[in-house]
Amino acid sequence: MENKILVMKNITKKFPGVIALQDVNLEVTRGDIHAIVGENGAGKSTLMNVLSGLHPYGTYEGEFFYNKEKCKFESINDSENKGIVFIHQELALIPQLSIAENMFLGNEQGSLFNIDWDKTYVESENFLKKVGLNVSAKSLIQDLSVGQQQLVELAKALAKNVQLLILDEPTAALNDEDSQNLLKLILDLKQQGITSILISHKLNEIEQVADTLTILRDGSTIETLKKGIDDISEPRIVKGMVGRELSDRFPNRSVDIGNEVLSVKNWTVYHPVLSKRKICDNINMNVREGEIVGISGLMGSGRTEFAMSLFGKSYGKNISGNLFIDGKEVVLNNVKDAINNGLAYVTEDRKGKGLLLDETIKHNISLTNLKSISKNSIIDADAEVEIAEEYRSKLNIRSTGIDQHINVLSGGNQQKVLLSKWLFIEPTILILDEPTRGIDVGAKYEIYTLINEMVEQKKSIILISSDMSELLGMCDRIYVMNQGRFVAEHENINLSQEMIMSSILRSDKGVL
Amino acid sequence: MEKIKQVIRKNTMLLILIIVTLIFQFLITRSGSSSLFTPANITNLISQNAYVVILSTGMLLCILTGGNVDLSTGSMVALVGALAGTLIVRQGLNIHLSIFLCLIVGILLGAWQGFWIAYVNVPAFIATLAGMLTFRGFAWIILDGLTISPFPQSYLKYFNSFIPSNPEIRFVFTLTVGILLSVTIFVVSLVFRLRKKSIGYKIISFSSFIVRKILISLVIIGASILLGKDKGIPAILIILSIIVFVYHYFTSRTVYGRHLYAVGGNYQAAALSGVNTKGITFLAYTNMGFLSAITALVSVARFNSAAPSAGSSYEMDAIAACYIGGASAYGGIGTVRGAVIGGVFMGILNNGMSILGIDANWQMAVKGFVLLAAVIFDVVSKNRVQVES
Repeated sequence: MENKILVMKNITKKFPGVIALQDVNLEVTRGDIHAIVGENGAGKSTLMNVLSGLHPYGTYEGEFFYNKEKCKFESINDSENKGIVFIHQELALIPQLSIAENMFLGNEQGSLFNIDWDKTYVESENFLKKVGLNVSAKSLIQDLSVGQQQLVELAKALAKNVQLLILDEPTAALNDEDSQNLLKLILDLKQQGITSILISHKLNEIEQVADTLTILRDGSTIETLKKGIDDISEPRIVKGMVGRELSDRFPNRSVDIGNEVLSVKNWTVYHPVLSKRKICDNINMNVREGEIVGISGLMGSGRTEFAMSLFGKSYGKNISGNLFIDGKEVVLNNVKDAINNGLAYVTEDRKGKGLLLDETIKHNISLTNLKSISKNSIIDADAEVEIAEEYRSKLNIRSTGIDQHINVLSGGNQQKVLLSKWLFIEPTILILDEPTRGIDVGAKYEIYTLINEMVEQKKSIILISSDMSELLGMCDRIYVMNQGRFVAEHENINLSQEMIMSSILRSDKGVL
Repeated sequence: MEKIKQVIRKNTMLLILIIVTLIFQFLITRSGSSSLFTPANITNLISQNAYVVILSTGMLLCILTGGNVDLSTGSMVALVGALAGTLIVRQGLNIHLSIFLCLIVGILLGAWQGFWIAYVNVPAFIATLAGMLTFRGFAWIILDGLTISPFPQSYLKYFNSFIPSNPEIRFVFTLTVGILLSVTIFVVSLVFRLRKKSIGYKIISFSSFIVRKILISLVIIGASILLGKDKGIPAILIILSIIVFVYHYFTSRTVYGRHLYAVGGNYQAAALSGVNTKGITFLAYTNMGFLSAITALVSVARFNSAAPSAGSSYEMDAIAACYIGGASAYGGIGTVRGAVIGGVFMGILNNGMSILGIDANWQMAVKGFVLLAAVIFDVVSKNRVQVES
């Protein structure tokens, strides 16, 4: 009989309006590296949140056993006390504190009223050595690279005496070299008897390190594959993840591309605080009427910053370069200018930068263009209701009514409200930044359909996405961005994920 | 049943206000010291608490922009009051010109702070704390530590007089105004209701519509009877009503009002939606200066003197009123209606305890406790709503 460290049985988790997990089963063997794969919104993070106690006992159905003991975690502390450590995709380190301070945060060495700093530093340097990071434990987190920070997170987990390590997209923000280091480290930890659960979109990495692999789709377990027994090659995994041929995920459209509507020449943007760092470096691009142009790149490549700098200089300092709309050069100094020139930017961060969460659907949709429904600055309440109702039915926003508050809607419906508010200004060029992040497959399809409708109405779309299959399925042309530069441009004919990745890798090595 | 629950939820603070009022009324009649609702006391209540209501409407705008408060309000009241005393009493300047100058100075004081807060990103708490000290200092300097009085009758009449001045027609006049007001409100809302119905929008049921209007009419007519029995409609009540109406309209129906909520609800989202976030913040603090100046003019008239210590802790009363009225300490949530209810709540509390003869030291402690209790009640009931939904 195999030694199971974790057994999860029939886990079901519901959010208002969405079933995130439906009878999910997961068994993890001690000492394994167990990968969990699935599309965005398949329920991977939710499942891990249940495991780590972020969704406390009682807010989900089903049960799970850790070391054969039934778990009723009320908080993250409970799971960490048992040796389960969850390293999130967004790192949870405090930039202004040192490595050592971060590592023992909440677990301070010494006594309550007298922290033993000597011990803290010695201990933390020990753990840093274990993860192969050669920096002083007194360095501040903000002075480290993302890769180094990821290693600090691992060292922190070791300091908590970890037995089961959960890694959510650990390499998403890392370059190839750092990723390989990290994977090697995870294999080292395996030698020391630490079990890992690895969530990743990078299937080649999973192929490389995973012993077992569980595929989730739409909140359900699809299958579990074992290395050496089952086929765990990329195409096999993708088939399990998608559940159907890739082409079916994207609606068809007729392509009718017209003249150039937007062109960017020598666009350079500097960091708003670190004024010597170039975030966007000499970018050239163009977009034609009725075209979907994709921007592919890893997190941190500068995609979002580039889009925001175009959108009325919403990001960055010392922006230089020229922007042409319909062949005429324009200078957009603020968001209003951008809107007036037919530009819309749908943010990737819908909760942080996109929506007013405490407000109603109606007030969110109307915000971008109150001018059109008001006279002498006085809002016509009836016109506002009409507009909100129009978009609610057009985009199929599932809600009790236009007066429902945003914070109770599901991610997909929030995204539709965000899209509505930008469609309301009737833009000619729409920049969509991760428009389908964290929403379920059904809502994705609706959003793709909507994008196609807009293009058929002669609008132009710039689509930024981490999901390469999405770019390949939707775009006419794809720019590849890496470290602030556009390193390649591909017509989307017989293009594959490998070709995009190799553009990124080649630019990392300095070969262009 | 569900409907009653909803009504209670939406009007929690109004209900608490009514309950507290009834408790005071009970205690006061039992102790034999007349009533909360004597004609003279109603007049008193209005003139004593005008400042809270005026300042809390202004404070609400600051709180809406992001939970920030203006701590310098009380000091601005003192400084503008000192200026009014100097110009009107010492210099004998034309009354209208003096009022105009005072309002301009108030706006400038507000703009001074708004500039640092909105455009230089000085935290509002710090900028207005500095203002609180600076402005209070200037008030002492201008008055040289002395109190100026009395103000000429030609100034006082704008704030302290009653309408009508003729005592014979007083009761009839006041009652007529009350009835006319009730009828106007009824007719106007009925027209709006019918229009909405004809377009096919959702409207509340006819019975609850009628009940609401009857309740409002009863309050208005009741108040007008009481005022008519005393000295008539106080001028200050008219000023107050105009301010409340204008700001209610501004926050709920205009583009700028909507932008105010957007800035407080999510600053970055508002900026990316093309809202002039800095301009809106600047406007909120500038407006606070303007309303502080109005309060200063009202206050010097009520006390018939300008003193350097005037207006102390006014800002705290205004802040308390906003929070009692359901404003969010994080910004983006709150209404003028709520702030007014909060202001009246504070007023009833002050007034009721004074009539009962409760020691002034105790009054402050009770006020603090009631503020906390009211907000706890609000927070808890809202939490429950969220869990249920």
